[in-house]
Amino acid sequence: MASEQINIAHVAQLARLALTPDETIRFGKQLGSLLEHVRVLQSLPLDDVPATAQVIPSRNEMREDDVRPSLRREVVLAGAPVSEGVYIRVPRILGEDA
Amino acid sequence: MSLPTTARAIADAVCRREHSAVAFAEAALDALQRTEPKIGAFLTPLPDLARAAAVHVDRAIAQGRHLPLAGVPIALKDNLCVEGTRTTCGSRILENWVAPYTATAVERLLAAGAVPIGKTNLDEFAMGSSCENSALGVTCNPWDAGRVPGGSSGGSAAAVAAGVAPLSLGSDTGGSIREPAAFCGIVGFKPSYGRISRYGLIAFASSLDQIGPFARNVEDAALAYDIMAGKDPHDATTVDQSAEATAAALPEDLRGVRVGIAREFDLKELDSNVRAVYEQAYRDLERLGAELVEVKLPSAEYGLATYYLIAPAEASSNLARFDGVRYGLRVEGRDMRETYDRTRAAGFGAEVKRRILIGTYALSSGYYDAYYVRAQKARTLISADFARAFERCDVLACPAASSPAFAFKAKADPYSMYLMDYYTIPMSLAGLPSLSVPCGYVSTEGGKPLPLGLELTGSLFAERKLLAAAHAYERGTRHIERHRPEVFA
Amino acid sequence: MSSTTIPTIEGYEAVIGIECHVELTTRSKMFCGCANIFGAEPNTNVCPVCLGMPGSLPVPNRAAIEKIVLAGLAFGGKIASFSKFDRKNYFYPDMPKNYQISQYDLPFVQGGVVTYWLPDGTRGTCRLTRIHMEEDTGKSVHASQDGRIAGSTSSLLDFNRAGVPLMECVSEPDIRSAAEAVAFLEALRRTFVGLGVSDVKMEEGSLRCDANVSIRPCGSTEFGTKAEIKNMNSFRSVHRAIESEIARQVDLITRGERVIQETRGWDEAAGRTHTMRSKEQAHDYRYFPDPDLVPITFTDEQIAAFRASSLSIPPQQRLERLIEEDGISAVQAHQLVDTPGLVAYYDTAVERSGRPQATLNFVLGDLARLANESGTPVAASRVTPEAIAEIVGLSESGKITSKTGKELITRLWNEGGSPTEIVEREGLAQENDAGVIEELVREVLAAQPKSVADVRAGNKNVLRFLVGQVMKASRGKANPVLVEERLRSLIAQE
Repeated sequence: MASEQINIAHVAQLARLALTPDETIRFGKQLGSLLEHVRVLQSLPLDDVPATAQVIPSRNEMREDDVRPSLRREVVLAGAPVSEGVYIRVPRILGEDA
Repeated sequence: MSLPTTARAIADAVCRREHSAVAFAEAALDALQRTEPKIGAFLTPLPDLARAAAVHVDRAIAQGRHLPLAGVPIALKDNLCVEGTRTTCGSRILENWVAPYTATAVERLLAAGAVPIGKTNLDEFAMGSSCENSALGVTCNPWDAGRVPGGSSGGSAAAVAAGVAPLSLGSDTGGSIREPAAFCGIVGFKPSYGRISRYGLIAFASSLDQIGPFARNVEDAALAYDIMAGKDPHDATTVDQSAEATAAALPEDLRGVRVGIAREFDLKELDSNVRAVYEQAYRDLERLGAELVEVKLPSAEYGLATYYLIAPAEASSNLARFDGVRYGLRVEGRDMRETYDRTRAAGFGAEVKRRILIGTYALSSGYYDAYYVRAQKARTLISADFARAFERCDVLACPAASSPAFAFKAKADPYSMYLMDYYTIPMSLAGLPSLSVPCGYVSTEGGKPLPLGLELTGSLFAERKLLAAAHAYERGTRHIERHRPEVFA
Repeated sequence: MSSTTIPTIEGYEAVIGIECHVELTTRSKMFCGCANIFGAEPNTNVCPVCLGMPGSLPVPNRAAIEKIVLAGLAFGGKIASFSKFDRKNYFYPDMPKNYQISQYDLPFVQGGVVTYWLPDGTRGTCRLTRIHMEEDTGKSVHASQDGRIAGSTSSLLDFNRAGVPLMECVSEPDIRSAAEAVAFLEALRRTFVGLGVSDVKMEEGSLRCDANVSIRPCGSTEFGTKAEIKNMNSFRSVHRAIESEIARQVDLITRGERVIQETRGWDEAAGRTHTMRSKEQAHDYRYFPDPDLVPITFTDEQIAAFRASSLSIPPQQRLERLIEEDGISAVQAHQLVDTPGLVAYYDTAVERSGRPQATLNFVLGDLARLANESGTPVAASRVTPEAIAEIVGLSESGKITSKTGKELITRLWNEGGSPTEIVEREGLAQENDAGVIEELVREVLAAQPKSVADVRAGNKNVLRFLVGQVMKASRGKANPVLVEERLRSLIAQE
């Protein structure tokens, strides 16, 4: 966790957030300052510590392979910003990477 | 004839047919009408739904059914889905979204006879500690309209504090029930992670989020908890062990209870008048029969850093679905990529964007091990600290917040706002049941009383012990009866 | 890892690894109760969970996980005693949550070996790296005229497929040719269909595969720079795409240029691959454990029980026995095993007839042709394996001609019945009587003086024409050996 400059534009791109130039500067500063604060974790001896993804001891929570009713299509399409016929419509997708 | 005001008394009265559920619904809707202009707790009042539900309850009671929450008006934080109602999360991106299904916790309360009167304001996507991050409304603290109600479940806390409803639901990820409960002078209870189904709770940080009740006393909170808790086939993280009933036979004193006071949460940093209240609270615990023991939580100070990596990381992924494709706001661009960028830029507020960015960063290639994995490991240490502490005590006591409710715009710097959760975050990271119960007041310069909350925490799944201790403390101190908020129905 | 040398192009060897996605045949989807069926009305099998609606949560389908375990065991893979689900984060409009629930570092299955045979009977093996679980995405229907993504003005989305259980099988780079890649995929298909874990229909998208292709000089042990080939829609296109990509890379190298690491799409019409995405544009998937799901564990006892419950002879092992033990050609063995129900049919018929090769010829010859023409599977036809055994017996004992045998099969296919009864009732038995045959031969010779002259002039082909004429006159019953013998001697006499 060396001190680093966050490439805020790249992160915003990963998160699909268009930032204004002002936001880019402001968020960059604020995130930099937050990262300073979280740097305290560096002082903890964590090498042999297991990671906790969940606090509950549960295992093997599964459902049986039973079919349950789906939503009515009218409800689904009515909730969509734009629909066309029986589909939800979106603007064109340029290439592999949307 | 005046109507009873606690959930238990209301349900009893309706079940005995002394009053109708419709009467309570009308009273609550009337109280909502009267208080809303001053506190703005609700984003969407639900008068039609409330009346229909009340009629339904009265009919069930007339048919001889017993419903443990018969006719009890409840307010619901607006990140809980209720079929057919607008569910916004306090965000522009969901401003007009109508949920097509109902959250399990809500469904269980409704099945028990509760009557939903409205959806309450919150920090956008439950990210905040003041309710100021809502994009859709301002909620004021009923004790002082110039102050925040706390957050993120500020609307639900304010609605109960102002006497609009005896019960409400909030959600707590790092303190979002306990802090507003403290600021509003009521009981706010976050159960153990896994106790109450999250199905239908719009996720902020999935490994931390937990639904819980606000009430004007511990018994009502326990009553609501008993109904909501338990395994849900729709939520793989709910635990198997059936929740033991907590609301029945709550004790009146603390004899035999060991209350842990953590060295790391000492009161020295607090303002002297605030400190005096907590010192008195600890003495009250002893007076009521508790044995105070000092415990150590050496990793707790890393809670904030740990939380502000894990919660945003999960949030960055959870909030990716708000993309303008299937529901919610869409700001159409020339292509899909531009549509994503514009929709999310217009739909999310600054705090949500900040957390999405930090979370995306913490998970991104090259930083994952340094940030996210380290935080997960620190989480292990924090949980282990609590486990050790609970070998020596039954419940832990500490302040729920370092100050009473603060004025609007007092915490303009994001990090100073994050510090508000200092006392609540470690418990969330460990998944522990934790609550805030009123423990006294300080006065504003203008002489208004402002409530403070004592945070009590139990070990994982030890809700019964925790609620028992909180009830005994409440009965032995009766702080809530000493003052009434400025705005009260 | 082929046991034979693979033909190389100009001193280069191809190194190929396969990644394929296989949709599992379950009743419901992976994480919700919506029906898992192909071809339903658009957007009718969707719910809050598979649409990624706010507040919804996934709960894994036990049957889907068990099917992956069975698939892994079939190839000798190791079933993880502890595995978990992770989120793979990237934005795409057909992916409802903009993350896909997948498995990153702890998949359900690690390792395993796939054995396959090329048409010439050579045997190859390819190690599996892993088999993990994923959820499928929805589908976009692109509104443009040419059906391509780029250039269309908008897309229409159908989320019926979103959340369908998928297993991703990743191979080691052990494959050395396009033919091997296809044989590898066929081995996967055979096994998955046999186990009932998937219907593996490439044309319906229930099998989708990508190939990582690189080349290196023969004898080298280092790997070259690989290209990942996508958009292959049939086994045939897998074959063509890999061949084309190998040729492209060899061409680049021999011209002194470099192969760059990238994703390339197969263009079926153009017959070549084209650049889709370079390494620099690679995704940052930000995998992390899915906090909505809990780990899945298996004990040794549970794994042993799965092993015991799987098919006693999975088709892959059956194939191996046919080729390696019974000595049946690789092509015929594949045809038997890869046609649904055919190997069981064959087994019953051989059990009765006792003559494997003759039975195989009827089953894979006439029966398979009729099945092909009619669309009715052999196993579901009127021709029972017992009847085939009878025909084999009649034919092998000389009671009927092979031509009669073929005609019998066609008749039984259309009408059913007992071959022996038909032969007796209609006098179809082979005519071996020398007097009867001589009479038929004389009639034909008398009618074909010119042909007789041609034979005498040395034209052997005409002799066969005359045999045919006699057979025709006997309505196919005359013993063709005796007919030819008699023809020769009579022509020689006159």
